[in-house]
Formats: sequence, C-alpha cells, structure tokens
Amino acid sequence: MHKVIIPIGPQHPALKEPESFMVALSGEKITEFGVRLGYNHRGIEKACEERTYIQDVYLTERICGICSHAHSSAFVQAVEEIAGLAVPKRGLYIRTLIGELERVHSHLLWLGVAGHEIGFDTLLMYTWRDREIVMDLMALLTGNRVNYGINTIGGVRRDVSPEQIKEILKGVDALEERTKYYIEIASSETTVIERLSGVGILSHEDALRLGAVGPTGRASGIDRDTRRDDPYAAYGEIEFKVVTDNHNDVYGRTLVRLGELMESYKMIRQILKKMPDGPIAIKAPRKIPPGEAFSRYEAPRGENVHYVKANGTEKPERVKVRAPTLANIQTVAKMLEDRQLADLPIVIAAIDPCFSCTDRLIAVKDLETNKTNTLKWQDLHAYSIEWHREHGVDFSQLNKKLKGMLK
Amino acid sequence: MTREEEIQDSLIKKFNFLENKIRVQRQKRIFAEVPSENFLEVFEYAVEDLGFKFICTITGLDEGSSLAFIYHITRQDGITLNLKITVPKEHPVIKTVMQFFPGADIYEREVMDLLGAKVEGLPAGKRYPLPDDWPAGQYPLRKDWKKPEKAKGKEETQNA
Repeated sequence: MHKVIIPIGPQHPALKEPESFMVALSGEKITEFGVRLGYNHRGIEKACEERTYIQDVYLTERICGICSHAHSSAFVQAVEEIAGLAVPKRGLYIRTLIGELERVHSHLLWLGVAGHEIGFDTLLMYTWRDREIVMDLMALLTGNRVNYGINTIGGVRRDVSPEQIKEILKGVDALEERTKYYIEIASSETTVIERLSGVGILSHEDALRLGAVGPTGRASGIDRDTRRDDPYAAYGEIEFKVVTDNHNDVYGRTLVRLGELMESYKMIRQILKKMPDGPIAIKAPRKIPPGEAFSRYEAPRGENVHYVKANGTEKPERVKVRAPTLANIQTVAKMLEDRQLADLPIVIAAIDPCFSCTDRLIAVKDLETNKTNTLKWQDLHAYSIEWHREHGVDFSQLNKKLKGMLK
Repeated sequence: MTREEEIQDSLIKKFNFLENKIRVQRQKRIFAEVPSENFLEVFEYAVEDLGFKFICTITGLDEGSSLAFIYHITRQDGITLNLKITVPKEHPVIKTVMQFFPGADIYEREVMDLLGAKVEGLPAGKRYPLPDDWPAGQYPLRKDWKKPEKAKGKEETQNA
C-alpha cells in the first residue's frame, strides 16, 4: 500500500502541549514514528545560573505545573547536600506529605485523560471531580492548587496544623473509596479491559534497554522506584509497596497507577501519624560552598533528576534537569510499531507525557527593540483585543449589543 | 566495607589510573574523574561488570578552557556512579554510549545543541532541543554565550 506521512504538531488541536510527531502509515498501520521535541524549551537551566538559589527554588518549581513539587524538591535536596544542611525531620515529613498528595492529584488527572482518549468521558468527569478533593487539600495546606511554594532550602515554609491533619484524613478516606471503585471498573468493565489490553506493548527487555522510568517501566516488570531504592525526605521511615505489573501494555500502566494511588493513601496516613514535632526548617546560608550533588526524586511520571554544582557564590554554577518524560519518550516509537493509528492517542497518553518538564531552556525578550518587558494581565488583554482588531476581528459592537441586552 | 567502597576498590583494582580520582560523597553517591581516552573501557566495566544498568542522564559543564561531561549511571540498589570526563573546548569530542544505552541518544543530542559537544558514533537524527533554524556555533549553556543583540535575517543567522 502507498505510504502516507502525517505530521501531527507542533501545533495541533488534539495536542495539549507543543510537540511534533511524524507518523508514517500504510493504510491504518503505523510503519514509522518520529518525535521532535524542544518546542517548550524556555531556558530554565541557563536562567538558574543567573539567579540566586532561593529564586531558583521558585523557578525550578515552574518547570512543570503538574509535578512542581517534584522539581523544587529535587533542586533543594541537591543544594542542601552541598551546603551540608540537616533538614529537621518535621520538614522532611511535610515535604513527603506534599509529594504524595501531588502523586494522587497527578495520577487522578492521568486516569481522566486516559478515559478521555478512549472515548470514556464519564471516567474523565468522575476522576476530575474527585481530584478536586486533593486540589482543595493542597490549597488548604499551601495556599495554592499548583506551584505550592512549600519548599525552601533547609526545609519547608509552612507547618501543618492538627485541624489540617483532620481534613487531610477525611479527604484521603473519600479518595480511597473512590479509587476502590475505579479499581473495580478497571478489573470488571469489559470496554476498559478490551480497549487497553494488548495496546502499546513494551516488553520487559525493551523497557530495560530504552531506560523506561516510573509507571511506564513498572508496568513492564521493572522493579525500580527511587523512593525505595534511594530513599530521600522521609521515605526511609515509611512502609510501602512498589507496584509492578507484567501486562506490558496500557492496561498494565493503568493498574500500576491505580495501585500506586492506594499505596499513596497508606503512606499519607503513616506520614501524619509518624510526623515528629519540632522545627520545620533550618536557616540556610545565602552563599553555598563549592561542591556538587546529584539528586533523584520519584515524580508521578518516574524518576526526576537534578544535578547542581555550586561555586561558593549565591548563584549556582550549573543546574541540570532531566524530567521523566525525556527518559520515557523513547519507548513510544517501540510501543507504536505496527499498531493502528487509532491507538496513537492512548499510547502516547499512557506514558503520561509532560513536555513542559522535558523541554526547559530561553528568555523572553523583544528582539526588535532589545527590551525586556513585563506584561500585566490587563496589558495582555488589551494587546490581544488590539491585535484582533488590526486583523479585522472586532467585538466592540457585539459587546455593546450584549450589554444592551443585559440591561 | 560498604558497597560503595567495594565499587571504589574494584574500579581502582581494574584501572590503576583511577587511584585518588574516586570520591564517595555519601551513601549511594560515587563521583569519579576518568581520563577521556580511557572513558569507554571504564564505562563498559561499570555497566557490564558492576551492574550500572541504567543511565539517568548526561550533564554537560563549561569549565572555562574545557568542557566536562558527567555520565550519571545507576543500579538496582540505588547506588549512582557519576563518571566525569574532561575534553578541551577547541576539540570537544566525546564517544557515544548508545551501544550500552540506545535511549541515551537524546541526552547526547542535548549536550551537542547546548554545549557544542561533538559525539563520535552517534547516528544522524533530529536535533534536540533547539529550533531547526538556530544559528550554528551558538551554544547557550556555554558561559561566554551572549543572547543575540537583535533578531537577524534568516540568511544571516544560517551563515553565522
């Protein structure tokens, strides 16, 4: 059959983030699959070198919206190791607590996206409704639904009160109940099982060879989890099971994430029970002595690593980030080999990709005038109205008409 | 003897030039500086015989007159070995590790784009992460890199 190459992206209505896929088809069958990344590269590693350590905590937090805590934690851990700071235990427990709550919201988000990609939008509505419980808990604990700003070098910035602990326990009970229901769906609902089984196959050998991380690797029988293998924060004192599966397909990846949700609830209860009293942070020096550290963190999508090199000043010499999607994206081509085009959305979604994490580097600057500019929300709004008016789209008459109708 | 010290000992026993070049920074973290001409044999021994079967990433560093590359490899028990090689900036050639880790090509392409490394043995492929029309010879993670003064015409940027 005649070979057809379909470009998907970098801008495409079906994509949530900019990335570019070249899919070669023979009929409905995928014969070749190429990925081009980098469209989200914002220059964060370079920007980190130009800012102080404290500013970098907030900058690294903004590498990703979904697993922001994963990045700020990995960064502060590296800096704390270089500076030889012993973070108080309570601080470490709070860091772990936020980390597990983040995993819960991320996995529920994924479950909804997976439901959507297979045309099961009821699952999307259900899981995203339930996810609000954990989002509200995050807002209660940190003041924000995303980008929590809880980490600082030397500990955390907010303590957890007994009233908040009660709320967390209530929320976790409700979420556990809901997750049990989703597990029941995943193990009994024929449409889900049939749609996900045998799709996006990644054999154990290929997963090892290509270096798959997180749930993508664990669903191909790779028994690796940084929380257990290289414990950080309070993970060394908490009991949990590393969930693995041998289905090697999207169904297996679903089961692994559902199992991890149940483990996270258990861990959150243990954290709240075992959390010692005491200070939540120690004062960190502004200048960090020369040294280097390599920090690993099990983000919801897999192992996230940061390397930090300090040169004795208040700014780092080098910050290097490798987010989990970069390690996993290589497996997608393997998963799609000789598969149907219709499987492409769910197979890509099943690694739970996050390209804003993966691409990082470039400063915002007006290249014509060489001026750096900060736009406020109102400016941006006004600019957009003006831009559209110049291009022949003018809503001012319509707006007047609408206002008249509302009177 | 801890497992980290055992690894240190086996490395030194096999390659005597690594004497005083290995540092156990803490539990599960080993840093080693390897002469670039011996890199592949040390790397192969670490991967095949010491069980460092997984590559986390490759970090590139601009150290003034030279570029350094750190290969962060890890094993099942969580011990991470950070192998560092240094090459002169005017001739920044490193060898690919794709024969051990086929997934490592994206990390190698990243140090090519951002630091100007030349990777021997890496097959042709799409660049990562900079745009296709990024000017040649501009490596943004080098310390002496300056942001372009102003946008240049297309032809000019390609020949820059």
